[in-house]
Amino acid sequence: MSDNSHSDRHEGFHYSEEDVQREVTELEGKSATAARIFDLRRIIGGLFVLYGVIVTIAGITDSQSAIDKAQGVNINLWTGIGMLLLGIFFLAWLKLRPTPPPLPPVGLPEEKQGD
Amino acid sequence: MQTPTEGPLYLAAGLRLPTNWLDYTILAIYFVVVLGIGFAARRSVKTSLDFFLSGRSLPAWITGLAFISANLAATEILGMAANSAQYGAYTVHWYWIGAIPAMVFLGLVMMPFYYGSKVRSVPEFLLLRFDRAAHLLSSILFAFAAILIAGVNLYALAIVVEALLGWPQWVAIVVAGAFVLAYITLGGLSSAIYNEVLQFFVILAALIPITALGLKKVGGWDGLTHKLTATHGANFTTAWGGTGIGHVNPLGANWLTIVLGLGFVLSFGYWTTNFAEVQRALSAKNLSAAQRTPLIAAYPKIFIVFLVMIPGLVAAALIPKFGTAGSGYQYNDAIPYLMQELLPNGVLGIAVTGLLAAFMAGMAANVSSFNTVFTNDIWSKYVVRGREDAYYVGFGRLITVIGVLASIGTAFLASSFSNIMAYLQTLFSFFNVPMFVVFIVGMFWKRASAKAGFWGLLAGTVTAMINYFVFYKKGIISIPSDQGANFVSAIAGFVAGAVVMVAVSLFTRPKPAEELQGLVYGTRSPGMSEPPAPGDEAWYRRPALLGWGAVVLAAACYVPFSF
Repeated sequence: MSDNSHSDRHEGFHYSEEDVQREVTELEGKSATAARIFDLRRIIGGLFVLYGVIVTIAGITDSQSAIDKAQGVNINLWTGIGMLLLGIFFLAWLKLRPTPPPLPPVGLPEEKQGD
Repeated sequence: MQTPTEGPLYLAAGLRLPTNWLDYTILAIYFVVVLGIGFAARRSVKTSLDFFLSGRSLPAWITGLAFISANLAATEILGMAANSAQYGAYTVHWYWIGAIPAMVFLGLVMMPFYYGSKVRSVPEFLLLRFDRAAHLLSSILFAFAAILIAGVNLYALAIVVEALLGWPQWVAIVVAGAFVLAYITLGGLSSAIYNEVLQFFVILAALIPITALGLKKVGGWDGLTHKLTATHGANFTTAWGGTGIGHVNPLGANWLTIVLGLGFVLSFGYWTTNFAEVQRALSAKNLSAAQRTPLIAAYPKIFIVFLVMIPGLVAAALIPKFGTAGSGYQYNDAIPYLMQELLPNGVLGIAVTGLLAAFMAGMAANVSSFNTVFTNDIWSKYVVRGREDAYYVGFGRLITVIGVLASIGTAFLASSFSNIMAYLQTLFSFFNVPMFVVFIVGMFWKRASAKAGFWGLLAGTVTAMINYFVFYKKGIISIPSDQGANFVSAIAGFVAGAVVMVAVSLFTRPKPAEELQGLVYGTRSPGMSEPPAPGDEAWYRRPALLGWGAVVLAAACYVPFSF
């Protein structure tokens, strides 16, 4: 639909900025990404909380040889806590500023949701 | 151009990591999440704009982190650590002068033209500004380069996985290729970008412990510089030491070729015209977010250098003659060596996952930009025109499959003819340079005619290649290293492209002014006048402030390395 509009009148192939503007604006109006894409913060938060818990537990149960290998630092514990905090940060951000509800489908094409 | 690896990656034998079930669990969780993102993003793909450009709807923090992540591929991480082990603190130039100014220029100066004109790719901009010849040439060069670079990435991954985990090369190539194929075919650019953002955090979680423990092992920064000064000389830990014109230094470059070749031509070419990068900004939800994409990316870029340079320096300090024949290690082994030496199971799994994720993200960035250029710029404009939108979404998925298969083929080819790949990598480092000259002249000089684009592109590409492969390789001009030759070739290509463009423009008809609206500096297009979204007036979202802040910060970072 969006594409035959230009092809039928331009046999000589002249592709101008108006063609691009019109085509992309039309597609933006029909685009589903803004309305349907999930919030990435949930995935980052979830994965890092999970990794954080796993690595922290590994740190708590680490043998002395693992700690000696890491120059006397319980690196699993520290990295685990760091990852856990990052995960919690993303989940908290999501909680405090939740995904805005999708706009009604007949919204103006240039009207996008804020973050 | 950002990856100064000396040809493909080689890792020493005997770097096998002591991975256990815990590390493999961490890796397996990541692969599940990657696929999950692909499946979940699938329902957001309705139009070709969704598939190729995420519907131009993503927030700036996501596109910004994806922008840096697309660059932070594993070849870059291992390559920059290798660079540091070999050349020392000169590595900072690839970040502070070789990235930040170009990223800021992209955000502040060029993005209004890219995003405001609503083009869907870098070649499409050339179609509007110049003509079909320039468009087709740049599209084909880009598509070709993207597949080969994706293949190089895949091959590098196979070598690293074989050395570290003991998997046969073909298993790694097929597994990684299949995952990238699955998530891009399902979710298009959105799932590529989402996975890149995820990868960014995982690779940080991998590099920070390596850097911290590495520093502890050599006795902190003081211990590190002390050791390196004793073994490698005082210039090794400075940014500019020994770069006076006429001086000899291992990099084979002086301050002028660093500033002009790396800082200006190569860097601006890569950051401002490489579609694998620019595509991330074009998927942002409005002009302000698109402008902020490279600016948000600039801040992590300033500091990531420490996470790759310090492991490289630590490796050079710990092992005498690291990287040379007698040591048993290659320069590329710096990070794997420290992983093996320092990381216990658990963090080791995170580090392995981060490296694999970085390889896959590097490949995915090339595949997702390849399918866009091939579908949007080659197929829908020259082969099958005027079909309904759903056809092009389907074709985009098909060409993704073909592109990944071609990359897998390239990777297998590379594993049998590895020196060919070293050549190809160098070759492609030149493609962005003539692209940049065509852009810069086209954007700032109204008189540049439609024909000038094609001839400038061709002349610049050919000149850079002749300079490198004939003049340098045959020893007609003497430059001490491949890196130095790379810088000089870039400058030559830039100058040749500019001269040819001016000459052709003077003898051909200029493009009518009404066809240049919003494409040339000083003009505006309707897309540029969209009002700022609510909240975008906040001071911390102002592009000018973000951009100049990054430049000042990068300049300040030079201070401790300059005296």
